[in-house]
Amino acid sequence: MKRRTEVVLAGLGGQGLILIGKILGEAAAIYEGKNSVQTQSYGVASRGGFSKSEVVISSEEIAYPEVLDPDVVLTLSQQAYDLYKNKVRKDCWLIYDSDTITGEGVSDKEFGFPITTVAVELRNTRILNMIALGILVKLTGIVSVESILRSLEKNIPSQFRDVNLRAFQRGLEMS
Amino acid sequence: MGRTIFDYIIEERLPFFWCEGCGNGIIIKAIAQAFADLDLDPKKIVIVTGIGCWGKADDYLATNSLHVTHGRALAAATGVKAANPELKVLALMGDGDGITIGGNHFIHAARRNMDITAIISNNFNYGMTGGQYSGTTPEASVTSTSRYGAVETPFDVCRLAQAAGAPYVARATVYHVNLLEKYITTAIAKKGFSVVDVINVCPTYYGRLNRMKSAVEMMEWLKISSTTNLSEGNIAENRFAIGEFVNEDRPDFTEKYREIQRIAREDMTKLEEDLGGR
Amino acid sequence: MHDRIKFLQGNEACVEGALTAGASFYAGYPITPSSEIAELASIRLPAVGGVFIQMEDEIASMAALVGASMAGAKAFTATSGPGFSLMQENIGLAIMTEAPCVIINVQRSGPSTGLATKPAQADVMQARWGTHGDHAIIVLSPASVQECYELMIQAFNFAEEFRTPVIFLSDEIVGHMREKVILRDDIPIVNRKFPKVDPPEYRPYQPGEDGVPPLAYFGSDYIFHASSSMHDETGYPNNVPDNAEKVIKRLYKKIYDHRDEIIITKEYETEDAEIILVSFGASARSAREAVYILRESGYKAGLLQLNTLWPFPDEKVRQLADRAKFMVVPEMNLGQIISEVKRVVEARIPVYGVNKVNGEIITPYEILGKIKEVF
Repeated sequence: MKRRTEVVLAGLGGQGLILIGKILGEAAAIYEGKNSVQTQSYGVASRGGFSKSEVVISSEEIAYPEVLDPDVVLTLSQQAYDLYKNKVRKDCWLIYDSDTITGEGVSDKEFGFPITTVAVELRNTRILNMIALGILVKLTGIVSVESILRSLEKNIPSQFRDVNLRAFQRGLEMS
Repeated sequence: MGRTIFDYIIEERLPFFWCEGCGNGIIIKAIAQAFADLDLDPKKIVIVTGIGCWGKADDYLATNSLHVTHGRALAAATGVKAANPELKVLALMGDGDGITIGGNHFIHAARRNMDITAIISNNFNYGMTGGQYSGTTPEASVTSTSRYGAVETPFDVCRLAQAAGAPYVARATVYHVNLLEKYITTAIAKKGFSVVDVINVCPTYYGRLNRMKSAVEMMEWLKISSTTNLSEGNIAENRFAIGEFVNEDRPDFTEKYREIQRIAREDMTKLEEDLGGR
Repeated sequence: MHDRIKFLQGNEACVEGALTAGASFYAGYPITPSSEIAELASIRLPAVGGVFIQMEDEIASMAALVGASMAGAKAFTATSGPGFSLMQENIGLAIMTEAPCVIINVQRSGPSTGLATKPAQADVMQARWGTHGDHAIIVLSPASVQECYELMIQAFNFAEEFRTPVIFLSDEIVGHMREKVILRDDIPIVNRKFPKVDPPEYRPYQPGEDGVPPLAYFGSDYIFHASSSMHDETGYPNNVPDNAEKVIKRLYKKIYDHRDEIIITKEYETEDAEIILVSFGASARSAREAVYILRESGYKAGLLQLNTLWPFPDEKVRQLADRAKFMVVPEMNLGQIISEVKRVVEARIPVYGVNKVNGEIITPYEILGKIKEVF
């Protein structure tokens, strides 16, 4: 059954979790020749409510599209962390924003990073997602940095590209 | 080219199926006359109708026609026109069809300025189903569902069309035939959404229930109830202002959408270059 | 071959499929979870000389589709639950006037507003019988982004070939999931039959040998009359009982006589299967995973995935039932496809449902749980 890598990106609507899920999924599917499925779950509020994006990556065909037993969980809100803290295995990567979330050390691979602080340093709180993506990719190695860069270029219009790239690079450096 | 009304009317389908004294035949003749005066190619005309007595009008016209569901003639006509802007599109609707159940489509077709001519045969009741009241029935009128008198305030079709943004709006009655033909001709020639509200007679139901025993009496009623002073009209009180309410020139949907198509083509090229293909 | 490989949402792939099929007209009203289709259509259609128009409601959208179709366009719309309900009357109009068009319903949880952002598969029967009166309808259902693309082309092809509306029954999961998709350009495109007779001889409802009448378009040399009312071959009203019976039966037969061509199914591991899962849409993905897990544990399980829901694939279900010990039908409703499976199986083997209506996808483990319970 474990022929697949399952990633959960959870937080609040408006944090850009769907975008980084798409970038991650596209990097694996288009630039690494694997299969991937990105799904999402959201409420009626465009901003602020619970939001979740999932990515399943496999070198085989993917039947069930959603996450069953995550290998990587990124949380950008306390609510998201609390939802997943009891659902992860001991060896699941659990990455969170230590500025807004109190971690409880439920996993052996649990890491908090001051993502909001860094976003404020970069003077842009809209790029939390890109910093987090940098951290996640560097830490877990589920896709290569090169593939992510190509995917990122394709998914972000040129006028916003530099600021997002900078945030992603910063994330890489943090882990 | 000298086309006549007989290029647009299917003679084998006559006589009309409508009741004795009904004014719908007068409106059909006025429409055919307008087509002839404008020398339109019947192949390029599409008549769209809904449901009701006037919804049978397409059966008599030798043009293309699309007979749809109750109230939806303008919505279907919008699809016809948007898909092929070369066509002359007319929506023939009664007061129940076009203004009551189809009222939403009416105001939006006007707002959108679709190049369609709406000809409302307005006889103040649902003739085909037995004379029930509609959204234009004058207050206190007796109908088969307002036996004690209508309590609701009616729409003034012309004021409604005007407020919704139609660039051509006129009213005539089936008594004022010359005016009727003139307004229908102007409306068809006009680019954009044009409306002719035709006050019609229904001797079978509306007339009979409102103490008008014959079509002749109803024609008399139209004559004395009409005024060419537009500010004197009051539909709720059976005072019909006849004339042109609006006659302006404004870009229609098709003209504006052509510009959108041009921009979109340029934009797609740019977007593809920017993102390396969507 | 200029296949383009993309990473798209199911909803986006529907638009790509429509464009490949030659669609040039979209009329719709925005509604979650289908709105991406309208948004992308509004960007792409004008760029290829087509028209996108946002109507005042879904009633108008469906009417506009019929109008555009008669004016010669390949037309489509997309909606979800409440909007699909509003479209029903004019889906009947499309059936009666025989106007080719495609209606996408990205199913969400109901009734009424329901769970507006959550998936369901509860419109199976509405897609079949939503509009009044006896009629036939073609309903296709995708389970992946690739199928959104390919079946969309097929939907247009069927609409054109059989002069009928085709309902594309997607769901929120498939509509919003992103996957790799190959935008193939080798799928044949079908266009409606144009009349060959002299214009005065043209009868818009006179069928060819296949039961389908050739269709001119408004503005061509063929003047014609299309009608929602009962009509004869001329398109003009005809209330004679014999005529009504003939028309209703032809509208039915033109679809059912071509079942073999219209019915599309996929099979996974069914060759020797004793446990047959029958599913469609997002649930078919769960069912497929369940089959793999069962196979790994040595159980002979297989999946019949339905791409065509209506006409229902009677023959295929019957064949598989002949070899199976029992059937399991996972669907995100309280039992709609299962009633068809049971009708076909005629109680020869047990048929069990796995049903879920809380707005969440059925998991493979829930299907396994049911099988464990009955095995």
